[in-house]
Parts: sequence; C-alpha cells; structure tokens
Amino acid sequence: MSEAYQPARILNQGSTQEKAEGARLSNFVGAIALSDLISTTLGPKGMDKILQSPSNLLDSTITNDGATILSSIQISNPAAKILIEISKVQDDEIGDGTTSVVVLAGELLKESEKLIHKRIHPQTIIKGFRLAKDIALKKLKEIAQDHSENEEDLKKYLKKIAMTIFSTKILTPYKSIFADLAVDSILRLKGSTNLESIQILKKTGGLLKESYIEEGFVLDKKLGVGQPKRIENAKILVANTSMDYDKIKIFGSRVVVNSSSKLAEIEEEEKKKMIRKCQKIVDHGINVFINRQLIYNLPEQFFTDHGVVSIEHADFAGIERLSLVTGGEIVSTFDHPELVTLGTAKLIEEIMIGEDKLIRFSGCKEPSACTIILRGSSKQILDEAERSLHDGLAVLSQMVKNPKTVLGAGCTEIIMAQAIEEAAKETSGKIQIAMEAFARALTRIPTIIANNAGYDAEQLVSELKTSHYKGNNTFGLDVTNGKVCDVQELGIIESFLVKKGMLLKASEATEMILRVDHIMYSAPRQRGMN
Amino acid sequence: MLRYDSSGKPFIIIRDQDQKERLTGSEARKANILAAMTVANLMKTSIGPLGMDKILVDQDGEVTATNDGATILKNMQVENPIAKLLVELSQGQDDEIGDGTTSVVVLAGALLEESLSLLEKGIHPSKISEGYEKACDIAVKHLLKICDKIEFDKENYGSLVKAAKTSLGSKIVNQYTEKIAKISVEAVLAVADLERKDVRFDLIKLEGKTGGTLGDTELIDGIIIPKNFSHPQMPKQIKNAKIAILTCPFEPPKPKTGHKLDIDSVKKYKELLEIEQNYFKEMTDLVKKSGATLVLCQWGFDDEANHLLLQKKLPAVRWVSGTDIELIAIATGARIVPRFSELTEKKLGKAGMVTEKSLGTTDENMIVIEKCSNTKTVTILVKGGNKMVVEEGKRSIHDALCVTRNLIKDNRIVYGGGAAEISCSVAVNKASKEITGIEQYSIRAFSQALLSVPIALASNSGLNSLEAVSEIQLKQIEKESPFLGIDCISMGTNNMKEQYVFDTLRGKIQEFLLATQMAKMILKIDDIIRPTGQY
Repeated sequence: MSEAYQPARILNQGSTQEKAEGARLSNFVGAIALSDLISTTLGPKGMDKILQSPSNLLDSTITNDGATILSSIQISNPAAKILIEISKVQDDEIGDGTTSVVVLAGELLKESEKLIHKRIHPQTIIKGFRLAKDIALKKLKEIAQDHSENEEDLKKYLKKIAMTIFSTKILTPYKSIFADLAVDSILRLKGSTNLESIQILKKTGGLLKESYIEEGFVLDKKLGVGQPKRIENAKILVANTSMDYDKIKIFGSRVVVNSSSKLAEIEEEEKKKMIRKCQKIVDHGINVFINRQLIYNLPEQFFTDHGVVSIEHADFAGIERLSLVTGGEIVSTFDHPELVTLGTAKLIEEIMIGEDKLIRFSGCKEPSACTIILRGSSKQILDEAERSLHDGLAVLSQMVKNPKTVLGAGCTEIIMAQAIEEAAKETSGKIQIAMEAFARALTRIPTIIANNAGYDAEQLVSELKTSHYKGNNTFGLDVTNGKVCDVQELGIIESFLVKKGMLLKASEATEMILRVDHIMYSAPRQRGMN
Repeated sequence: MLRYDSSGKPFIIIRDQDQKERLTGSEARKANILAAMTVANLMKTSIGPLGMDKILVDQDGEVTATNDGATILKNMQVENPIAKLLVELSQGQDDEIGDGTTSVVVLAGALLEESLSLLEKGIHPSKISEGYEKACDIAVKHLLKICDKIEFDKENYGSLVKAAKTSLGSKIVNQYTEKIAKISVEAVLAVADLERKDVRFDLIKLEGKTGGTLGDTELIDGIIIPKNFSHPQMPKQIKNAKIAILTCPFEPPKPKTGHKLDIDSVKKYKELLEIEQNYFKEMTDLVKKSGATLVLCQWGFDDEANHLLLQKKLPAVRWVSGTDIELIAIATGARIVPRFSELTEKKLGKAGMVTEKSLGTTDENMIVIEKCSNTKTVTILVKGGNKMVVEEGKRSIHDALCVTRNLIKDNRIVYGGGAAEISCSVAVNKASKEITGIEQYSIRAFSQALLSVPIALASNSGLNSLEAVSEIQLKQIEKESPFLGIDCISMGTNNMKEQYVFDTLRGKIQEFLLATQMAKMILKIDDIIRPTGQY
C-alpha cells in the first residue's frame, strides 16, 4: 500500500540529478573554481602552470596559455565544461584571449550568484546582461581604430599587437625580436589565414633570442647518401608515391610460386618495374626529387647515378608547404612529364643548426611559406615559446583581415564598464542591478591583472577609474611600474577581434549556464563489458 | 497471487512469482500517475519565454544544454515504463509537429493529476476516460471556432516570421529571434511549394560551426559540405561546374566475393601490371569524357588516381557523406553513378559556383555549392560561441522550421501565451454543466487540467500564477475574446493578437489529442508486474 506514495523513480539506476538551487550551485561552483584556477595566469605578470600528463609522469608541460591549460585538465562539472569549450573556440577562431574569456565568464557568474542571493530571477539577470553586452559592444566598436588605410601604419600596429601578446608569455624579454618575426612571417602569407604554411622548427640549444626567421624554407630531413650537399638552380619534383616496393594492388593479388628460380624472376621483374618508374621520374628533367613516402635503396641509388638528389619521407604538411614554396605540384603518376609543373629553387643546401642537419631551400618562386627556427635551452621552453608564437601568429593573421585595434592594459574594459554604468543609470528596475553587475565583472579584469603583478589592485583600479571619469580615456595600468598611465604612449595595443570574442563568448556562456535549473547525469558507461 | 485447485495445491500463474513485484488496482494506478506527474513537473520549468534550460550529462560525460522537451526526455535515460510512455509522447509530437513537445507532456501530467482526485471519489477509470474523451472533443471543436487565419505569400511573410518568433522565444536564441526567425522562414519559403502546400524538409540543411555568436548565423543559398578538395593544388573555385557524383572509389578494384589471384610467373606479373596501369587512366578518362568539371565521390582516392585527376584538371572531393551526396544530387539534378562506365553527360549535375572557404585559424575548410540548377536547396549555417550553443541553436531552428512548415500546410492559428488553453478551459467548463452524470466530473477535471500550461507559463514568468490565470479567465469571459493570454515578457498588454504570439492550430489540436490519449492509456493500466531488485 505504501509504495504507491513513495516518490517514483524515473531515471535509470546510477543516474543522478540536481534540481533548482542545487543545480545552480553546482554550476556556479564548478565554473567559478575553474576561472579562479586560471585567473592567476592573466596579464603580463601572470604565473605559469605545470601540467603533468596522467599516463607519463615525466612528460610535463609548463604553460601560460589558457586554452592549453584548460584542455588538459579533466573535469566532470558540466558548467566548467562549457567554459573550457568557449576557451577552445576562442583559440580556434582568434588564437588569443583564451584566458580572459574564461575569467570574464567566471566573474560574470560570481556577480550573478550574488544577484540570485538577492532574489533576482536568472532570466532578469540574463536580460540585464544582454543589454549590458550590447552597450559594451557598441562602445567597443566606437573606440576601435581602423588601420586598413595605411599599410605602413598597419605594420607598425601589428608589431605593437604582437608585442602586447608576447608580453604576457615566456617571450617577454625578447618580445621585440619575436614581434618582428611574427609580423614578418604573417605579411608573407598575403592575407591567407592558413597558419600551416608557417613552419615552426624547434631546436634545443642556444637561447630564445637566437631564434630567427629563415629566408626560404627549411625541411627537417636529410639528403640521400652520397648525393651532393648543395644544388644550384634546382628543378624539383614533389611527389607522393610509393618508392619502397611497388606491389600490384588490383584484385588483391599475391605472389605464389613453387620454385625459388621463379621467385627470382618475379623479383627481377619487380625491380625492373621500379627502375622504369625511376626512369620516368628522371625523365622529367629534374635534379631534385622529394617524396612523401620512403625511398628504398634501389631507387635512391638510381637517382644518385643519374645526378638527382632525393629526399625521402617528408611528412604530409611538409609536402604541402614545399609545393607551396617551390610552386610545383604534388605528383603521383609520372607518364606525362609535359603536364607536370615542376618546382624551382635557386639553391638547396644542407645546413647545420645546433647539431642537426637540415635542408634549406632558398630563392623559391613563391615565398609565401616560411620557417621560423626557435632556439631555446629546453624542450619545455621551446614548446611554450611555440604556443606563444602560435597565439601571436593567429591573432595577427586575423588582424590582417580585420585591422582594428583597441587599447590594452585594462583601458578598454574600463571604458566598456563605464559605458554600461552610464546606461544603467537610465534603466529602471532590477535590470539596472544586473547591468551594474556586468560592469563590475568587466572591471575585475584589470583588477586581476594588477593583483597578479603584486600591486594594490583595488587602489590602482580605482585610480584608473577616476582618471577615466576625468576624461583621460586612454589611461590604463602600467604593471611594470605599478601606476596608472597613458596606454597610447606605452604602446599596449590589442586586437579588436580578441576583445569582441571575449565579450561575446563570455556572455553567451554565462547566459547558457544561468538558464539552467536542472542537471541530469546519466549513469557512467560501464567499462569492461560488451 | 495464488489460486488453488480442487485438491488444495497451488497453481503457479506467473513464472518465478516470488521474484516479481506486483502492484494491482488503485495502487498500480496511483504509482503510474505519480511517475507521470514527476516527469511532467520536471518539464514545467522549461515552458515559455522565461522558461529555464536543463543540462544533460550523457554516459560519456558529454554535456547538452537544452530547452527542447523532446531532447530532454530523449536523453534522460528513463527507466520507469510510464515515464517511457511520456518520452514516446513527446517524441510523437516532435515527429508530427516539431513544436509543443514540452506542453504536451505537461498537459498529460495535469490530466493524470486531476484524475487522481476523481479516482479517490470512487469514479471508475473508464468513466474518467470517457469524460476526457468527450471534453477533448469539445476543446478541439472550440479551437476550430476560435482559430484565426494568417495571410502570407512569397514576398510578404511577416506573419510567418512572427509565428516562428513565438517558437524561438523560449530558447537560448531568443536574443536574436528577429534574425533567426527570418532566416528560418526564408529557408522554408525557398524550398516550399505554396501551391501544393508542401515543404520538402530534406532540402534544408542545418550545418553547425563554432565561432562567432548565434547572431552570426546565416542562410546560404546552396549546400555546404565540410570537406576539402582532394589535392591541395586543385582550384579553389569552379564556375558553372558540371558535377559528377560517384559512389565508386578511385581505388584499385577488389571484388567483394572471396578470391585469390596468384602471381606465379613473370608473364602473369606483366599482364597484371599492364591492367593496373591502365586502370586509373580508364577511370579518369571516363570521367573526363563525360564532360564533368567537378567530381564528388563517396569513397576515397588512391594517390595515383588523385594525381591523375589533378593532371586532367578535374577538381574532386572525396569522402562526401551519403546524405550530402543525395542532397547535392537533388539540388544539381545529377544522377548518382555507381560505376565509372555508366557515367554520361546526361547524368551530370550543374551548379553556378563551387568554392572552398576557410574558417578561423584552424585548418578547417568547407565547400560551398551555390546556384544549383535544379531545385532550390538552402543551408542554414548555425554559428555560436561553443558547441553546446550551436547544437541548441540547431534544435531551436528546427522547431522554427517546423512551425513555418505547418503554417504553410495549414494557415490557421490560435493565440499563444496560454490564451487558447484558457479559452478552451472556459468552453469545456461551460459545456460540462449541460451533461448529466458522472462524466460531468471528469469533463470539469479536463477543463482544470487545461489550465496547467498557462499556470506554468505564468509562474515561470515570475507572476503570481493562479491569480494571473484566473484574472485572464475572467477577462476572457467578460470580453468574450479568446486572444487574451499571459503577458510573459511584460509587454503591458494581455492581448496576444497585439503581441503577435501565436501557435499553429494543427499543433495545438495534436497536443490536446495526444495528451488525452496518453492519459487514457495510463488510466487503463491496473497491474504492474516487474522483477524485484531491479527497481
């Protein structure tokens, strides 16, 4: 009798659910914990984190990059997962600002938690946040400067942006060198956003500042044995074909013989087949042959005999870059030499970097791909430098498309916050409180930057606010000297896209989390069973 | 449950009876009703423009955040048989109408809740069922009476956009309703045949992409496939493309029947070599001869074939998915060709422009096929800041597409914001007074249950729900206007006609019918048998 009145179990065994306040609490706690974790890496004086991989304890990464940190920590909280996701998207789309987007979302959630305690309905908060976001975006568009007119100007700004990005990373001491490297290589792309064509080669040994951009293209491979180490006026055939043993593939055929003499005959025939292929390749009138796949001894010897230099096992990205650089097409059949476009290079030579031998192609037709050689004292440093450089390159490549800039160092956040506060005064009702909260969350970003730098953050930020009220709209934080000053003079400039992405993604994610009032967890999938 | 034969030995009626639990009669009914109510209560908070979302964490820890009733129920992993029925119910509404998947569950829950007190009065479940049946009839007839018609044509589709906006109002996309509603309606109109009142949904493709915000969602006149050209040096843009669609691989042939081909002599080796060398040439020659300028293939390419295609200036795309292939075939008028030898010029499709576009900083590209010759095909590219938002955006747009389609099929509407439900409730209540007998009770209960949706709507909007609903009820009776509803977003008027909040008549009728049917079905159950220990 009593059973009928017991709460009915609806879900599968092992499934759990959290309702209303509980769900909200669990979301807030998860998201805020995540943003707190990462907030210490924000700004030029932010700290790094060591990430240890669970499978191999010796394999550790030291990084300051938000997206890298977040993608390596394992999290089960759904709200935290949403934040990780926005950081990843920001990384894919723009490349930088991966930390700020999570920190802003975290701060927004912290503020909303307070509002919910004041008995303001989440939907009202969302409404206020939306309004605030629109105002902030409008302001951001207003203050953004467009540099598309003047090319010289653009280059200057690109460098400043690169320096701003690198100043928060391991590259800080040499930011000028790296900014030049990055700007130089981006301008070579001529507006393409495909970062694949910029190769970053990491070679341990030397110092970070000894990194340089290689005029031309460097391939981390060796030339064939006994072949010349220097080729001038190279005609290059870039290929993707099997040069090991070229078996007959149709009808799943196989070799079955009943005597070793027959086997020898077939082997001989196979060899002939390979030689014929090599001959066809040589008939293209080339002196360099580069293959994606392996080249066995027999063909290699043939090439050497015919004065063709062969390079084997260039990986796929390498091949694509090579074909870009030399202007040759990637070839897999060799029957029509007249139809094939060959690649050219003025000079191919073997060079040494540190202890490694590499092949350098210079004087190429199309210098749109290039190589940046990174030097550094340890693998970890090199990895981190590569990540930082990648962030910079990504932002710059987007910048070339949309060359708008805003001021960094907390200046933009304060401007946006004040625009929201201004508008909040004219909005009546509970929405006003939510808007003010949004403004507060934005101001938290300079506060965290100052905090991380070890200054009296509240003091500094309030000074910053006052100077903005007084009309000094270009003021921001100078974290090296711990005071408020004109950012324009400091030259701390950021990409408009990064800030826009941060604002929009953080508010979208916040809204998504705020809308939730119920979380249902399925029972984890049983492992070890069929 | 034991029965004894004449000599006093027990019969065993149910196998392993001691291992099974059993509920019978009113207990069973109550347990069922409670289970249904639990599900309905869960869904209540999602109703309306200010309804909340749910996060669902699946078996592998993947997160889905959604407001869509059908999606929530589908991913909830319910175990209880009654709850499962409700999942089916929501699914049924989703398949048929595409919208109102939450309301239908809430209404069914309310009908059962009302029946609980009737059962306690000692009214037989089948009597309740009969009453509900009659009441539902009255309500549907009333809906037909109060429904309105909206007018639109290919150019003036403002009214359709407004209907789509109602459907989108409760989802996360509501920040950009205006834009997304317009996109949805335009997409439907692009493929709709207004004369036959038919919409081919398979011609609308929903493609999601993270990056940007939901506001960057766009309508593309053509088809998008998330692929690259097979060789990096193929041209990135093809004008006036003649498309060959192949479902055979550019690979060495491997007959499916089990076989062995042994090479045991040099002669055989040479023969095979020759066959092989000609094989790819033949394939590409056949394609070239047909006059194609673009090859789309469902399967992969061998390196050599790939290069031959490049050499013959035949841009190609490999590993195109089956559904995309079909869509492209419809859009461009191409025939899907399963063998190279069957390729002729007649079987090629035509498209004005094919381009490969890159996105963001990652190496992801997509190929856009525009200006297709045959049928209009459109793609809605949904953007969003994270993949959960994109997924939810896709679901919401699907709902809006359904609403628009339903309106094209049948342009009658009823007013939303709970107006239709309240009006029906009043009508049913009035009708109950003219019916004598026990059924009167259950008809009145039906009229109460109808109010559950407006009540949930009002309470989600932060109003004093019972008060707000009774106020509207009064106003409706006084003014005899069936379009007064709950003012959810504080627009300052209860007139849903002015707020342009409406639902499709078809959807509403379906909702009533399905919910009633479900309630009747659950009431009919009087015995639950289940193994113990599992529950």
